Amino acid sequence: MSALQPSELDRPALARGRSAAGADPGTASAALRRAEFGDRLRTLALAAPLLLLLALSFGIPIVLLLSRAVYDPTIADALPRTSQALAGWNGQGLPGDAAFTALAADLSDSQAKGTAYELAKALNARLPGARSQVLKTVRQLEGAGGKPPLDIMKSVPFWSAPGTWPTIASGTHAITSFYLLSALDLRWNADGGIERVPPEQAIFLQVFARTFFVAAAVTLATLLLGFPLAYLIASVPKGLAAILIVAVLLPFWTSILVRTAAWTVLLQKFGLVNDLLLWLGIADERLDLMYSRIGLIIAMTHIQLPFTLLPIYSVMRTIAPSQMKAAYSLGAKPFTAFRRVYLPQVFPGVMAGCLLTFILCLGYYITPALIGGASDQLISNFIANYVNVELNWEMAAALSFILLVFTLGLFGIFARILGLDRLKMV
Amino acid sequence: MLLSPYPTSGERIRVALLWLWCGLVILFLLVPILIPVPLSFNSGAFFIFPLEGLSTRWYEVVLGTQRWQSAIGNSLIVAFGTTLIATTLGTLTAIALSNEKFPGRRIVMPLLLSPLIVPVVITAVGSYLFYARVGLASTYAGIILAHTALASPFVVVTVGASLTGFDRNLMRAAAISGARPLTAFFRVMLPLILPGVLSGAAFAFVTSFDEVVVVQFLASAGQRTMPLEMFIGLREKLSPAITAAATLMMALSIVLLVVANLLARRGQGRRATSG
Repeated sequence: MSALQPSELDRPALARGRSAAGADPGTASAALRRAEFGDRLRTLALAAPLLLLLALSFGIPIVLLLSRAVYDPTIADALPRTSQALAGWNGQGLPGDAAFTALAADLSDSQAKGTAYELAKALNARLPGARSQVLKTVRQLEGAGGKPPLDIMKSVPFWSAPGTWPTIASGTHAITSFYLLSALDLRWNADGGIERVPPEQAIFLQVFARTFFVAAAVTLATLLLGFPLAYLIASVPKGLAAILIVAVLLPFWTSILVRTAAWTVLLQKFGLVNDLLLWLGIADERLDLMYSRIGLIIAMTHIQLPFTLLPIYSVMRTIAPSQMKAAYSLGAKPFTAFRRVYLPQVFPGVMAGCLLTFILCLGYYITPALIGGASDQLISNFIANYVNVELNWEMAAALSFILLVFTLGLFGIFARILGLDRLKMV
Repeated sequence: MLLSPYPTSGERIRVALLWLWCGLVILFLLVPILIPVPLSFNSGAFFIFPLEGLSTRWYEVVLGTQRWQSAIGNSLIVAFGTTLIATTLGTLTAIALSNEKFPGRRIVMPLLLSPLIVPVVITAVGSYLFYARVGLASTYAGIILAHTALASPFVVVTVGASLTGFDRNLMRAAAISGARPLTAFFRVMLPLILPGVLSGAAFAFVTSFDEVVVVQFLASAGQRTMPLEMFIGLREKLSPAITAAATLMMALSIVLLVVANLLARRGQGRRATSG
């Protein structure tokens, strides 16, 4: 291609190059550069519509979502006076009476503006139990009947409890690390250090560990099932290989939802899998495979198997049989030849397939939602739940942030070791 | 290649075990996608073999009741809209990327592919958050826009592959013969890369037609697509109508993807003929 470089200039560019050179007695190379620049702009303009659309339909939504993980102005917006009163507070003990009075005024205001519930919820996310205390105090302030707000505030023990005021103070910063830390079961302690949350509140590390465990189990299972089949397909004559590859591609082309639906039918208590296990004598009684971890892993393995197998197969296909013959003729036993000659060459394919499956497993949503039990929900299911049920966008955003970091990190490794073009499967 | 030139009996056993293992793996691959097919023709209301009798009653439910009909209609609206936009813009982008003068291909390509890598829940939740602000949530336009992001990478990659076999000198020849760029595109380039474009379109259609997570977040009750009806059905009550819907969806996806792959292969095959 590089030998053809001069003819790479297309006609309009040449024409413009000529006229530019004619009008301006500058060097021809300057005109050429200008023409090249125009060319670049035109190719960019061709790609621009899709790039803009992707920015709008994909880029902005994700940036907006992730920003919710670190930006939460609810408390700061609802407590302007308190924020001001706490500006000079050192965080030790209780703040002065002025802060209590300011908080009382802010709480009354938020009740008048109808934002009290939002505020109570936001505080509750950071300080479990705060919701009822805030709403109770708001009601007392409303029906005060001449009682000074300061006395009301002091009469509710919650507002003098250790931990309350540092939480309020931290909430008055709209930019917060609270949710990201929470997503890793961490929090700021009173001394300004980071500590583990108490065990009864810690849930997310467990969810991440579960997601990684399921992803690893599925990856291992697809490798155990897929490697021998890929090897067989690469070894048999072309016609037979074509038939075998169809057996891999048919499920690959069927949607995840349809395959998950098929597995929900198969895994029923009176479904085919249980029939088979009884008939084979593997199980003595019908097992609860639906809503179980093992059912989830079986279904995910079925869906991911082609993703692991196809990259391995595409590498195996390129290894010439003569290499193994050469190894045999040099006296290698079959296993030695396989280990020393074959495996090292297949390794990139194995890496590609396994990494791809592992990365895709981290983001699984449909299959755990339909087949997994309550204790088999993966990180994606928690994200959806925080949006649909708890309406806690910040927590959903923080979990998304961490899931995305893992996914892109692993994908970065994938792209660095293996190159992006491996994604073009079949 | 499976057996060495002078196989020992141990080696024969190993190869026999390999065949046995692979046979089981193929059963594992095929049985689950084939099982819904006979079940969808069951006249009974249970998922039990042997079938109680053959009937098409569950297909009548899927094709004949209002709930499923509107789902099929919605699926078609969304999938056709997505295909149209993703194919048009994706083809333009693939043409731009195939030009060596395209600036920053190394940055643009990963960005284009990123919708395939980012977990779809994150895409769905983010779209819901943003689209709700700009009034696109619960609209067909919103769903089509989000699906276009998921589908366009397939178009860019397939059309890009068919362009690697395209000889750009043909465009220069057309230009020298007096064709304007647009004429040259429609008369010279498009006919030659058409297999790739059609294949990309089929990929885009299937991507949208099979998608459920984004729809779950963006669709209003009246905009439920077929996969969403299935998802809801699977959660609430397992009716054999689901096996009929699954069979229909599977048949459509497989037919379209077989066609897409044949076309893609043909499109790339031109590389061999054009040098």
